[in-house]
Amino acid sequence: MMGVRVAAGGMRPDRVTVARGLLAVALALVVLKGVLPDWVMRLPEGMVLPFADWINAGFAFLRDDLGLMAFTRAFADVVEFLLDVTANLLYGKSRWPDLGPIPWVVIAGTMAVIGHALGGWRLAALSGGTFVWIAVMGQWKWAMETLSVIVVAAPLSVALGLLAGIAAWRWRGVERVLNPLLNIAQSMPHFAYMIPVVVFIGVGPKAGAIVTIIFSVPPMIRMTMLGLRGVSPEIIESGKMCGTTRWQLMTRVRLPAARTELLIGVNQVIMQSLAMVVLASFIGMPGLGQKLLQLLQALKIGLSVEIGITIVLLAVVLDRLTKAWAHRQPVHHAAGASFALRHRMALVWLGIVVAGVILAQLSPYFVEVERKQALSLAGPVDAVVDVVITGVGPVTDWLRWFLITWVLIPLRDGFLALPVLAVLIFLAGVGWRVGGQRSALVCLAFFLPIALSGWWDRAMITVYMVAVSVALALAVGLPLGLYGAAKPARAGRVLLVCDTLQTFPSFIYLIPVIMLFGVNDVAVVAAVMVFATVPIVRYTIEGLRGVPSEVVEAAEMSGANRRQVMWRVKLPLAVPTLLVGANQSVMFALFMVIIAAFIGTQDLGQEMQRALSTTDVGKGLTLGFAVAFIGLMVDHLLLTWSRERGAALRTGV
Amino acid sequence: MHMKAGLLLTGALYALAAGGAFAEDSSDPIIIPIHNWSSQIVMSNVVGQMFESMGNSVEYVSTDSQAVYEAVRLGDATLELEVWEGAFGASFMAAVEKGGIHDVTTHDAITREDWWYPMWTKEACPGLPDWQALNDCAAKFATPETGDKGRFLGGPVDWLKHDQEKVDALGMNFVVVNAGSAAALWAEIAAAEKDKTPIVLFNWTPNFAEAVWPGEFVEFPAWEAGCDKDPAVGLHPDKTYDCGNPANGYLKIAAWDGMKDKWPAAYATLQKVNFTNAQIAEMAKLVDVDGMEPEDAATAWLEANEAVWKPWTE
Repeated sequence: MMGVRVAAGGMRPDRVTVARGLLAVALALVVLKGVLPDWVMRLPEGMVLPFADWINAGFAFLRDDLGLMAFTRAFADVVEFLLDVTANLLYGKSRWPDLGPIPWVVIAGTMAVIGHALGGWRLAALSGGTFVWIAVMGQWKWAMETLSVIVVAAPLSVALGLLAGIAAWRWRGVERVLNPLLNIAQSMPHFAYMIPVVVFIGVGPKAGAIVTIIFSVPPMIRMTMLGLRGVSPEIIESGKMCGTTRWQLMTRVRLPAARTELLIGVNQVIMQSLAMVVLASFIGMPGLGQKLLQLLQALKIGLSVEIGITIVLLAVVLDRLTKAWAHRQPVHHAAGASFALRHRMALVWLGIVVAGVILAQLSPYFVEVERKQALSLAGPVDAVVDVVITGVGPVTDWLRWFLITWVLIPLRDGFLALPVLAVLIFLAGVGWRVGGQRSALVCLAFFLPIALSGWWDRAMITVYMVAVSVALALAVGLPLGLYGAAKPARAGRVLLVCDTLQTFPSFIYLIPVIMLFGVNDVAVVAAVMVFATVPIVRYTIEGLRGVPSEVVEAAEMSGANRRQVMWRVKLPLAVPTLLVGANQSVMFALFMVIIAAFIGTQDLGQEMQRALSTTDVGKGLTLGFAVAFIGLMVDHLLLTWSRERGAALRTGV
Repeated sequence: MHMKAGLLLTGALYALAAGGAFAEDSSDPIIIPIHNWSSQIVMSNVVGQMFESMGNSVEYVSTDSQAVYEAVRLGDATLELEVWEGAFGASFMAAVEKGGIHDVTTHDAITREDWWYPMWTKEACPGLPDWQALNDCAAKFATPETGDKGRFLGGPVDWLKHDQEKVDALGMNFVVVNAGSAAALWAEIAAAEKDKTPIVLFNWTPNFAEAVWPGEFVEFPAWEAGCDKDPAVGLHPDKTYDCGNPANGYLKIAAWDGMKDKWPAAYATLQKVNFTNAQIAEMAKLVDVDGMEPEDAATAWLEANEAVWKPWTE
């Protein structure tokens, strides 16, 4: 216990002094800003660099002089051919091979068999049941339109990720280039890279597929590198002793040995693809996402919730299936087992397919359930939303008035009144405190370009909204996490709610939030907060439950009561995990604040939306980089802090 | 499987019939872009099904309503059935200048976009629709973030509606707050409806909202050509934007330049397509109020209005 406390204060003193100095300068600049020259407040016009024009010139060169357009369009044609095939099979678009649509009973049965093969009866019921739900809710065609794209995009993404990952593992140079690219790609708002895709690929399902690939490939690359590095030298040795060629060594030894990591990569690719379903429909991805936006446009909340449930169910099923696949070890049958025994699953599947095709012949209901025959939850859902909104109306009116007048407007004005120079020096000071000179420079390298881009005020509004939302998320999420971590069964339930909230399409929250609070910052902060709370709850639970039981027991034996155990032992030990959670929370908030431009904001997101509608690549990417840099800076600070705390705790304990 | 054979057969028959009349229409699908409001989706399906009845194949692709002009220009989409003067006039003209897209015809329907209020607002502010009466009850529209002034809820900034300029020019006691999407506007009306809160916001016609929430446009000093550029025109001699928006904007059909040669028969039909405000409102109502799917709504509309569209296809 003592060790923990000592370690907590164990920061090198020289760092603290420099940091204090920098923070004092920043404070002085804020206090004295009335008498200081204008360039302290905002960079003069002359220093604003036309990043957007440079990027546009670069893209024009790529497109017109290098003829990259022909190449991207050719690639898009290949993707389109594959999409046509899956579209024909899944929902009967009139394209080669003209076999589809496959009746829904066959697909649902197939999914159940796959579920059973990978994870037994429960998984079979879950995955078969999900597809039955989709069919009877009358969403079959939309869901199949969505899946026809994912079925093409996810494998392509896995293949590309695998290749890039192997290249990065093999050559240091590739890794050095790839790593920063991956960092930026993963923190850049989706709208930013949808614009170049529209220019180079066009709109439609192929553009949706390609955006999905771009979005989902980074985790696959990372997991491939991680997996290949983790293969133990003994395995490689024994492979070499068997006389393998380099190709055989890779395909027969290294990759199979890294199987678990690779399959987690596949899992991540699928999850990210599903997260893109709604956003990709802005550039022409058909299916559930497109329908969801149309329904929201007509304020049909109940029907959009149905689609939201489908997306969550699909995510849960695909997640469980790939995880089961990752954990399953290959089965070896005893020599001499009969054909039927060895291929039992395949035979059962064949039976189901035949039965399904016969059913489909008997009634078109088993090919596709029409909208007219579909069941619906929309009525009750709409009624509940209505009651809730009417019921809490008086409270939200007061809350809205209080937050706007006393919290949000003063804070916003405060953020905007900060001199640029003071903010930069302040960040350098924070960086110095956390990670010394290097971190201070990293912070400046991320934030100075934002000041130079001329989008400073908008960026500060984004920062203000993220800061308020994350602060509120901490206030709500920490107690929830503490409550959830108390009992294992409860933790399971709370984590399930977290998973659901995370995969539920965020656009659906926006409408009820506007109905409650109106078009203003309260609505934006509320929507962002819902999303930002999820990682805080999750990591609080995991951090607390990760505290070794011996430590807790030791504390109890030395006479600590429950409160002391919590505040003196568990929480300090969980701090590194909590910081990772806070970091995730900031990333989620940045993601959501951009989406919240659809409520009505005056931040970077609003400009990005405008850039998308005018297909202005340069502006979109400049804004995208600004958001990415805010995220990367916070990421650097919190993760460095978390690492130091972790190291201090280990040496201290 | 029976259904499938039937479809193939009718397809072949259509092909024969079409083959007799016009030999040239390409068998490639005509790509019709759809956006996120129902009248446009239904109208696209109506025209698409008309093309199909002539033996063409049609595909729909969902796109952003501003980015679509770039797509039509490049031939990625073939046509656009609702080019609104106010909302998309600028994007459309910019694309026309770059080349590849042209103006096919103009609907009889007129479009209007301006400040609007649902009927219950009139109870709080009886002088409406006059703009000066609206200004006198500005305080009734106040919200926490606008202080004593009234709030006008504008559309997304990229719609470029010059509401702020109008407020300044006419000296109105209003603050413009921009919503981020059309859905945000509807959500605000729906919330206001629950306790009949007065609200004034940006709206347009033809639009499904008219069927759900009856309302009226605010009557500003009438639009005169040049009111947006020439200070002398309009109410005040020294201000621009001292007038309402045009009360009769165009609604055009645009097409890819290559359509004429690739699908001449379909193009000839497209030149005759012409809808009125009432017809467009009816299409939107089938989806937004009656809850039909857009495809079914289009089929229903075509069945009920054969006299209207049959002559276009001949």
